[in-house]
Amino acid sequence: MTRKTLLKPDYSRRKAIRTMGLGAGALAASTALPRFVQAQSAAPIKIGFQVHRTGIGASYGRWYDRTTTAVVKRINDAGGINGRPIEIIAEDDGTDAKRGAEVIEKFATQSKCDIAFGTLFSHVVIGSAPRAGELKLPYFVVSEGHHVASGMLNRYTLQPGITDVKSQVQAMAPYVANNLGKKVTMIYADFAFGHDHRDYFSAAVEAQGGEVVAKIAIPPTETSFTKYFPQIPRETEVVYHVMVGPAVLTFVKEMGEFFGPSSPEIFGFIDSLEAVDIASPGLEFLEGSYFWEGMPRYAQADQTDYEKEYRDAVGVDANGASVTDSKDVSTYAHMFGCWETMNIIKAGMEACDYQGPEQRQALIEAVEAMSDMPAGIDHPQGPKRFNGKTHQTFGVQYISKVEGGKMNVVHTTSIEDTLYPDEVDYTTQSF
Amino acid sequence: MEFGPHLMLAMLEGAVTAAILALTAMGLSVVFGVMRVVNVAHGEFYMLGAVIAWFVAATLGTHPAVGFVAALVIAPLLVGALASLADVLILQRINYDPERTIVATIGLLYILQQGTLMTFGPDARPVEPPFNHRLALPWVEWGEQGLALYWPWGLSITSYKLFVIVAAAAILGALWLFMTRTRAGLVMRATQQDSNMARAFGIPVARVYALVFGLGAALAAMGAVLIVPIQQAHYLMGHDPLLLSFIVVIIGGLGSLPGTIIAAILIGMSDGIISVFFSPTLAKILATLAVAMVLVFRPQGLLGKKAA
Repeated sequence: MTRKTLLKPDYSRRKAIRTMGLGAGALAASTALPRFVQAQSAAPIKIGFQVHRTGIGASYGRWYDRTTTAVVKRINDAGGINGRPIEIIAEDDGTDAKRGAEVIEKFATQSKCDIAFGTLFSHVVIGSAPRAGELKLPYFVVSEGHHVASGMLNRYTLQPGITDVKSQVQAMAPYVANNLGKKVTMIYADFAFGHDHRDYFSAAVEAQGGEVVAKIAIPPTETSFTKYFPQIPRETEVVYHVMVGPAVLTFVKEMGEFFGPSSPEIFGFIDSLEAVDIASPGLEFLEGSYFWEGMPRYAQADQTDYEKEYRDAVGVDANGASVTDSKDVSTYAHMFGCWETMNIIKAGMEACDYQGPEQRQALIEAVEAMSDMPAGIDHPQGPKRFNGKTHQTFGVQYISKVEGGKMNVVHTTSIEDTLYPDEVDYTTQSF
Repeated sequence: MEFGPHLMLAMLEGAVTAAILALTAMGLSVVFGVMRVVNVAHGEFYMLGAVIAWFVAATLGTHPAVGFVAALVIAPLLVGALASLADVLILQRINYDPERTIVATIGLLYILQQGTLMTFGPDARPVEPPFNHRLALPWVEWGEQGLALYWPWGLSITSYKLFVIVAAAAILGALWLFMTRTRAGLVMRATQQDSNMARAFGIPVARVYALVFGLGAALAAMGAVLIVPIQQAHYLMGHDPLLLSFIVVIIGGLGSLPGTIIAAILIGMSDGIISVFFSPTLAKILATLAVAMVLVFRPQGLLGKKAA
């Protein structure tokens, strides 16, 4: 330090004004965001969102994205989590298992996310979960597959916001066998998710005295379907279909063209028509057929206030399409899972007073300790019962009938209908 | 399903596949025959045709038939123009050098595919067929009173699928007339036989090449416009037609137009029949095996001429 600077006074009018200005700015900032300042750190909680922007899951990804944006806005507007806002770091996985694992790695090491969230397609979950476990990154999936509860994955992977295929089909089987017919032909997407349907629905329908007379697997990338339908045996009383991929509309349309007027009863998982307008030309034959719905696409006559609030928040109209574009139909039966899972993450982080990545294990233990969750705006699909041992949630399921070009709920199952014995206890695994 | 109706359904499905395949493979074959260029981006021109068809039909928003006819005119023209432009801007600059052409068209494939993803988006979009009726087909059966007609379960086709077969045959017939009866066709055939000699006789070979490349792409786009009311437009839909077109062109003989048609019918029908009776995967396996066999035992293809 030179003598000159020592002699020079350490203040000036200009500097003083600048300091005062900064102080005033900081004060203004803290009054503008009063809700985040009481936290030890007001830095955002970073949630890595593994989203299917491209590939066969793109239409689901679009709506998972919108739902996640809506729920994060709601949480942040109400003060965030533990006084900190949520920041979503979205990354496309191309609906590809290999890319999924890379995205998880990016979340953990590059963008330093607190947790990962939001994956739907079962093969991406199965490809990503081992990496999440190795990196000790809590991985909240919204996938439906039975892979979480089957014990295939690890302690870091949880599915608290959406029910799994095994419980869904188990709850559907009695209705199908007792109301529609005993001889069932299954048509399903040929990957892990469809295989869950094949295995657990066959078992469940046999337990009801029914029989699966044929099992027809179709690759989710297929574009033309008529060639598969002759495998449907003539004795079939019910066709059970669950298809995914970009060509689902073609699938359902060609099924209608194949059967013509002499169709058996048709029971589908709405996956076969997610993001597709049920009033599309060629789908008239679906009138009178039945669908499983995770959450009813069309606003029902007995709509609750919280269902309406949720529907408005995610920008969906009473027909299940975007409020800004009636041709942009939502994946309403699945996307609630993002909303509910995010609210569960919030509840878990509040329960363990989550402050940073060193508390990831505490977060998992806090979620594992959860059990019953009442229906409400945090859980608009209905009440849930979370099983901390199997990391899987259970909830009510809906069966809808197509009437007048809309789907009306004709049966709602109970949570008890969906329960099955535990197949794993993740809480015994070390972190 | 019984064997007879089952086989008939398989053949009808196979005929639709064969019709589209013949158009798409013909585009590839014309380009190779005249220019000796292997166009790896061919499937993407097909995809673009479908996407433009959706765009035209959705923008017009009138009766489906109007949108469809407009698409059938506009999509091949636009795709053809784009392909001609690509020929002038890229392929001519690299002198149609075979290795560099393949790399350049692979680049073009990704540019078109990702460009479509960035603008059109990742969703599959339907185009409404101009007309679509389910036609139940009868089958004969030896009943108590002798031969009797009956309508088996599931044995049907739609009027639109029949139209696809007829339309594809008509377009191919028009192409044949164009190649054999018009001056432009004569110029094209002259260029095909010997481009240096054609140039010596004053044929503007560069312009012929650009037009042929555009024609090849336009044929693929026409196939796509015909199929899109059945299948929907999607940015990844170009992959399968590219593979099948290559299979057809290799089996038929590179550059041989009748060979291409015969191979397209062969592959399309066998694909239909094998996938109905066994599995679609097996159909692809057998088609690829056929290519391997042709390459080993008859490298010039069924109707190709032996290289001098």
